[in-house]
Order: sequence, then C-alpha cells, then structure tokens
Amino acid sequence: MRYLPLSDADRLQMLAVIGASSVDELFADVPAAARLDGRIEGLPDHAGEMAVERELGALARKNVAAGDVPFFLGCGAYRHHIPASVDHLIQRGEFLTSYTPYQPEIAQGTLQVLFEFQTQVARLYGCDVANSSMYDGSTACWEAIGMARRITRRGKAILSSGLHPHYVSVAKTMARFTGDTIEAEPPRFDENTDVARLLDRIDDDTSCVVFQYPDILGRCADMSELAARAHEKGALLIAVVTEPVALGKLKSPGEMGADIVVGEGQSLGVGLQFGGPYVGLFACAEKYVRQMPGRLAGMTLDAEGKRGFVLTLSTREQHIRREKATSNICTSSVLCALAFTMHLTLLGEKGLRQLAELNFDRALYAAERITRVWPRATLLNHTMFNEFTLVLNREARPVVRELANRGILGGVSLGRLYPGEPSLERGLVVAVTETATREDIDTFVAALEEVLA
Amino acid sequence: MTINEGGWRPERPQAERRARAGTHTGNRALMLEEPLTFEIGTPDATGVDFEPANLGPEVRSSVPWEGAVDEVYYEMRELERRAPIGLPGLSEPETVRHYTRLSRQNYAIDLGLFPLGSCTMKHNPRLNEKVARMPGFADIHPLQPVDTVQGAFAVIHRLAEWLLKLTGMHSVAMSPKAGAHGELCGLLAIRSALEARGDARAVILVPESAHGTNPATAAFAGYRVENIPATAAGRVDLEALRARLGPDVAGVMITNPNTCGLFEPDMIEISRAVHEAGGLVYCDGANFNAIVGKVRPGDLGIDAMHINLHKTFSTPHGGGGPGSGPVVFSAALSPYAPLPFVEKQGEQYLLVEEENADEHHASSFGRMVAFHGQMGMFTRALAYMMSHGADGLRQVAEDAVLNANYVLRSLEDVLDAPFGASGPCMHEALFSDKGFAPGLSTLDLAKALIDEGYHPMTMYFPLVVHGAMLVEPTETESKAALDEFIGALRSVAERARAGDETLKAAPVHAPRRRLDETLAARKPVLVYKEPEQAEAAE
Repeated sequence: MRYLPLSDADRLQMLAVIGASSVDELFADVPAAARLDGRIEGLPDHAGEMAVERELGALARKNVAAGDVPFFLGCGAYRHHIPASVDHLIQRGEFLTSYTPYQPEIAQGTLQVLFEFQTQVARLYGCDVANSSMYDGSTACWEAIGMARRITRRGKAILSSGLHPHYVSVAKTMARFTGDTIEAEPPRFDENTDVARLLDRIDDDTSCVVFQYPDILGRCADMSELAARAHEKGALLIAVVTEPVALGKLKSPGEMGADIVVGEGQSLGVGLQFGGPYVGLFACAEKYVRQMPGRLAGMTLDAEGKRGFVLTLSTREQHIRREKATSNICTSSVLCALAFTMHLTLLGEKGLRQLAELNFDRALYAAERITRVWPRATLLNHTMFNEFTLVLNREARPVVRELANRGILGGVSLGRLYPGEPSLERGLVVAVTETATREDIDTFVAALEEVLA
Repeated sequence: MTINEGGWRPERPQAERRARAGTHTGNRALMLEEPLTFEIGTPDATGVDFEPANLGPEVRSSVPWEGAVDEVYYEMRELERRAPIGLPGLSEPETVRHYTRLSRQNYAIDLGLFPLGSCTMKHNPRLNEKVARMPGFADIHPLQPVDTVQGAFAVIHRLAEWLLKLTGMHSVAMSPKAGAHGELCGLLAIRSALEARGDARAVILVPESAHGTNPATAAFAGYRVENIPATAAGRVDLEALRARLGPDVAGVMITNPNTCGLFEPDMIEISRAVHEAGGLVYCDGANFNAIVGKVRPGDLGIDAMHINLHKTFSTPHGGGGPGSGPVVFSAALSPYAPLPFVEKQGEQYLLVEEENADEHHASSFGRMVAFHGQMGMFTRALAYMMSHGADGLRQVAEDAVLNANYVLRSLEDVLDAPFGASGPCMHEALFSDKGFAPGLSTLDLAKALIDEGYHPMTMYFPLVVHGAMLVEPTETESKAALDEFIGALRSVAERARAGDETLKAAPVHAPRRRLDETLAARKPVLVYKEPEQAEAAE
C-alpha cells in the first residue's frame, strides 16, 4: 500500500528486536471480547489514486459549483476571487504539514505569519490585539460572550436581531449549559437596524450587547451610541463582522467603541468550501487580553539577541490551566489564518479598498437593476455593503428553487434561515461580490422578473 | 497589564548580527532572514489587479445613483473609514518570496520524522489535497438549495458510514470543528441525556494523565472535574474509580489508548461500572490510530467518542489546524446529538437542521457551529479511507504499534521507560528523564534533537511521568527512517546521561537559538507597531 513503507521483511526484523512473535502479541492488552480477528465487514478494500479520484470526482460533479453559474449567496459565507499564489503558498509542505508551533526554534515560519495575521486583524477591526484564530465566526462569537461574562461577572447577553441566526443558535445551545441568559429575537423588515431597541434593553445585569455589522439583512449602522450606553451600564459591546472585506470601506468596530470584535475570515484566502474549514477572527482591547481565548503569538528574542516569535500567555490555556482555562480550544484554524494573511498581504491597503469599492459598486448596480422589478421585489435596505434584502411578492424559498432550476444561484431565502417565521418568508438576501459580472447580474434580474411575474 | 509596556522589542545592532553570521546580510546561505510585511510593504503596493468596474459610467460610486439606491450611496458615506488602516501590500513576486522564505523556517512531516506523541503526525497524501480542491467540493456555498449539493451530502454520509463501521457505534455528529470541540459535543450530549431523565449530575471524572482539553471541556460543559488516580502500571485505577462512582457522577472521560501510550485493559469493566452507577462514558479518541480496524470502541461500552480526522485520517495539521472532530454516539446518546446532520432517504440526501428537527431529531441539544462542519476535511479523510480500505486501515494500526514498540525496545537501555516492564505499548513510546545527569533536562534533550534534524517528541506530557518524552512515530515511517531517528535519540540520550553541558546551548543550528518565553509573557508584544509609534509608547 502506497502510504505504508514497511515491508514484511522489515516487520519480521522489527518483531525480533521487540521480542514478539507476531504483531497480535502487541495488542495483548485488548480484551479478547473486543478484538477483531478479520477486517471490518461492509467496507471496501484499498484503492489506487485513480480509482479514488474517479469516484470522488463523480460526486463532486453532482454539485453545482458557484463558479459555473451566476451566483449571489452570502449570509455569512462569501465568494471572492483568491489569487492563485495563496493556494500555492499554503500548499508548501512546510506550512501544510507542520504542527502547532510548540518548538519555536523550528516553527518561526508559522509563528511569524501568525504575528502578521494578528496585526492585520487588529488593524482591520480597529482593536489593540487579536489572537491567532478560532474555529470560525460562530464559535468565536460564543467565546466572546463567555469572555464578557468573565470580565463583567454578569450572565445576560443581548443579541441584535441582525446577528446571523446560526450564530444565535450556537450561543443559545451553549448558554443552556453555562447558565447564561441569551436575549434574542428574529429580525423585522425594517430599513433600520435594531440599535434603538437595543439601547433600551441594556441594563445593570447585561454582560454584553452583540451587534453584527453589516447585519444579516445587509444593513449597516454606527455602533458608537451602543458602545457608549453599554459602557455606561458596565456592559461590553461585542461587534460581529461576517464579511471582512466590508472593513476595506467601512469604519472599524473598534473605532466606534466595540470592546471585543469577532467574526468570520473566510472571505479572504479561504473560499466557500461548503461551510468549512473557515477561520474565526478575534480581537479586543488590550486590557482584556488575559481573558481572551485561543493561542497568541508574541515577539521575543533568542539567546543571541535575534528577534523571534513564540506562543505566549499560555497560562490562559487548557494545557496549563486545565479546568480553569479561558477556553477548551486546542487546534484552531492556522492554515486558514495563513491563507487570510497571504491574501491580505497581496491586496494591501490599496487593494483591499479597491476590492471593497468594487463589491459596493456591484451591489449597488444589482440593487438599481432590481428596482425595475418593483413592486414584485422591493429593496429593504437604505444601507448596505455587498449584500441586501429584497422583499418579494411571494414566498422566497420556491423562488430560489425556481432560479436554481434556471441555472442561477440567486441568494438565500429567509425561510431557509428562519424556519417558522412566516413574517420573514418573503425575504431574499442577495450578495454581490466582485466575482459577479455585469452579465451575471443582468441574467439574474431578468430571471427574477420572469419568476415573479 | 499593558501590552508593549517596554516599547518595541529591539534587536541587537545589525552590525553585531552580521558579525555572528559572518556575512554582510546576516543570512547563512539557505538560512535566510526575513522581515515582517509591515517592515517591507507599503500601503500603495498591491499584488492584485482588478478589472475596471466595467459596469458603465452610470454605476461608478463616484457618480450619484438614482432613487433608493442613491440614498444608499449617501447613507454609506457617513460610515466610511477616514483614517488609514495600516495594511502594507506587496507585489506578487515579493509576496511569494516572503512566504516561501518564511516557510523554510518551519519543520514539517514533509521534511522528516515528526514524533510528536498524541498528535499522530503521519504523511499527508497529496491526492487528498487534489480531491478537496475539486470545484464541486471547494466552490460550493453551505446555503445552496439542497438539490444542488447532493454530491456534498453524499460525501458526508459516506464518511459517516465509514466512521460508524470502524467504531461500531450507533450514530455520528459530523459538525464539530476539532478534537476539543468534539469533546464538548460529547459532554453536552451526556448532560442532555441525564437531564432528560431528570437526573442532572455534577461531576465528571478524568484520569490524572488526561490531555488538558478534557478537564477544560468538562468545565465548559458546566461540570466539576475530579481526578481518577492511575496504577503503577500507567492505567486507570479501576478500584479507585469504582469507589468514587455514585449518584453525583455524570460520567468519565477516558483516553484509550491512554496518554501513556497504553491500552486500558479494564475498559469494558470501566464502562460497565460507570453504567451501573448511572453514568455515561466519554472516550477521547485522539489515539484511535493505534486501534483503527483492530478494535471497535462500540465493543468497549463507550457512549461517545470524538475522532480527530487530522490525526488518524491524515488531514494536514497546517501548523495548528484546521482540524475536524466528528463524534460517534451509542444508541443511548444518539437522540441528543447536535444539528445538523445528513440523512439518506431513497436516492436523496436530506439535511436535518432546525426546521425539520422536530420530525427527525426532536431531542437534539442544538447547533454547535454555523453550517455543516469541516467539509474540506471530510473530502480529504474520505479519500484517505478509500485509499487504505478496510484492509489497509488495519495495517495502519498494526504498523503504527509496531513502529512505536520498535522505538521503545531499541532505546530502553539508554532512556528510562517507566511502563516498559508492563508489556508492549500501543502507538507511542513513553520515556522519562530518570538517569539524566543533574542539571540536564528533557528540554535540553529535545532541543539537541532539533540540531540532529528532528522535531522533538511531546515533552512534559503526560504529567504523571517526570520529564516525560512521548514518542509517536506513526506508520508512515520506514524502518530506515526509524533506525536513523533511534540513532540520533540514542546519541543525545547518552550525552544527557554523561552530563554533556553543551546540550544546554542547543539548538545551535536552527533558524533561532532558544527563545526567551519569559520575556514574551512578561512584556507581551502581540502586534506590530511602527518604530516611531513604539517609541512614543515608551
């Protein structure tokens, strides 16, 4: 078998050194009742590269790939063009096949890129410090809520109705076991976000307010007032950013007073990948760093005085602190963090701003074209970055299916995201990135016009 | 505490560094120094060319829009960033060179044996990378209509079938993102099951030798953690465990094979005792590589176990993730497994999530993560399983165990093997620092191994052994590679016994000498600051 280098002759020689007569002797501790004597039933035997590729290739072709059709899905996962060099670089074996950098003298490559990553994330989010990644945006969001509990010693988190429903679900699931109280409600068809409602809700028991920017319906709002009110009441403002490209155009949450900023980094370097692996971004004010979850790369000196990098402040972490750790996270999402950093380095400030403007332009163009479908489809948003919500004259879910039948992946229906909320079933969230051409948009609008007729 | 309190971390003067390297640049041939992007890039440089907006003059953001869209345009100007972000860019050749040079400062499996115990650093087949990058897997959105992603659900379902057959368990939750996330999934199911029968319990028992994630996870799930002692033979003390079981114990978390590299021979009795006391059994499956195809955890009475696809099933570790930690469940825990999961109905695959959970999975404890889990890892793991087949996976476990025992027996004359007398090990060999000359430690030996061209073994873990060294060679090492490694380890072990003080200076040939971790923690520098900013902060 191609991945197993030992020959039968090697095995015999090695058994002789060990002093065992057979490999089965090495499994002597396994109780006889649990030992399998033959191979497991119902599974095929080994296969060559070509056979595996052929079989899995056939399954891959059963899926409609985003690149093959006009494509407008977002809601927490965005399709952006990733420069070819990013994928080449993360496939270098020295990055791909290394472990968590526990031996820093021979892991400076990963550690230095993580230090660059932390700096980029902190600057993009407008925060003092960032960690070296979490699993994804949804788990980063829950970890931030837990961190706010530890800092404020309060247990009530108020979630904006514009927070991604999967992020809300994760928080609700976890809160049932930790005893936190989660206040959340579904969004409404309103051109404005729920900042005003949240301002009224913050009280002396509130640990944090969690606000997504831009939100699940694509709306954007200034968070400064929320931050001020939260701070007045001794609570924290957690901002969630599911589309980091937006921050190439918009004010950062840190600038508006957010204490912790978390989000999804998948847009840069990672790709759609059917939802994972992604990369959670996590940043905060420096006074809270000891309460932060996850690994941190820090700068130091070696015995010769040369600059180098190590994992640091690990007394927060499970392998030192065990049951008192700030999180149980061990493996995070380093390779995706590397891809994020490489993509952002290729873009630079200039490229990121151009990319953001291009996204905004395309989204505005699409929104403008869709106004011709009015009143069968109405644009909800007065604010947006690259995503907006249409209120259709009928339930959106069958419309999405009908568009798919015509070879167009035309957005995410709110019925899919909020089952059991009839008030939202006519909502269609449309994301338009730089990958959508003018022809794609025109095709989509024409098809929508027909389907809604 | 203030970050950067001490200001920017100065390097020694460049002239001095050059003198040490003996070169003008400070480089030493292929050992190349590389600054940070923040030191070499500029905000105006970019490695990406965008096509012009190409939407016609009426749709440029510099030109007002009409109607509602016009309003959006002006509203958004209020939210625009004014100040620079501070993100340097590089052209493509500079970017490729920067990260390629950095990559060469990393050790990796592709370069050599990586014997990190408990981590299963085996070869990462490139076929798996190719498969994962097929557009039909890599370029699909998690919220696409389900009939446009039937092939993706087929992969998830097929991988689930493999995992169930290999473990002999009842169901599997695919969404957990990594091992520790899987542990959490298992414990939340245990807690849900106990609460459902009106018997909430407060304590989880964890062996002393457990990985740190186990107690951290139990605490995260709302449990109090108590230790179970080990026997002199490095196994769970069954009698001590029995004595502690009672109506307050929700369950145990046991790693099997355990972190000493040993199979728990009493596992069936442990499970029975826990069940009789009304508790449930969580097994940490980090070490599944030792037994895949040889033992089914379901036959050991286990209720839940995570499987690290990035260990046993070779998805690349990537310098610290992404991982993937599906959790297999017994029939008792299956009703409580998290959303979402994939069901096969005839020829169609159905996604069970919040909206249809009531019909299919009403007792689920809920969602742990956005979307469906680590698809990119599923495709890689499935390609790996299909490549090996049922016959090959069994061989994987046998060769992994054979290689570890070969290392154990080849070195026990120079390195103390605390459990060597109790019989064979499983997939990893454990040594202690007993016999080292005073003043020399496991750390010194490990750093000397770096100079020999190896990544060191896991150090100081498990905590139950003094100066522990946990060596996991995996099945993808040849006998020749093992012999060379054994020779190197023997050499440094002999130096440690003989009191060779030069070990304390190791490594001397790595890209960096020993790094000052105390300085890093005392005055953390976690982000780059431009020198003028850093000086101002001082």
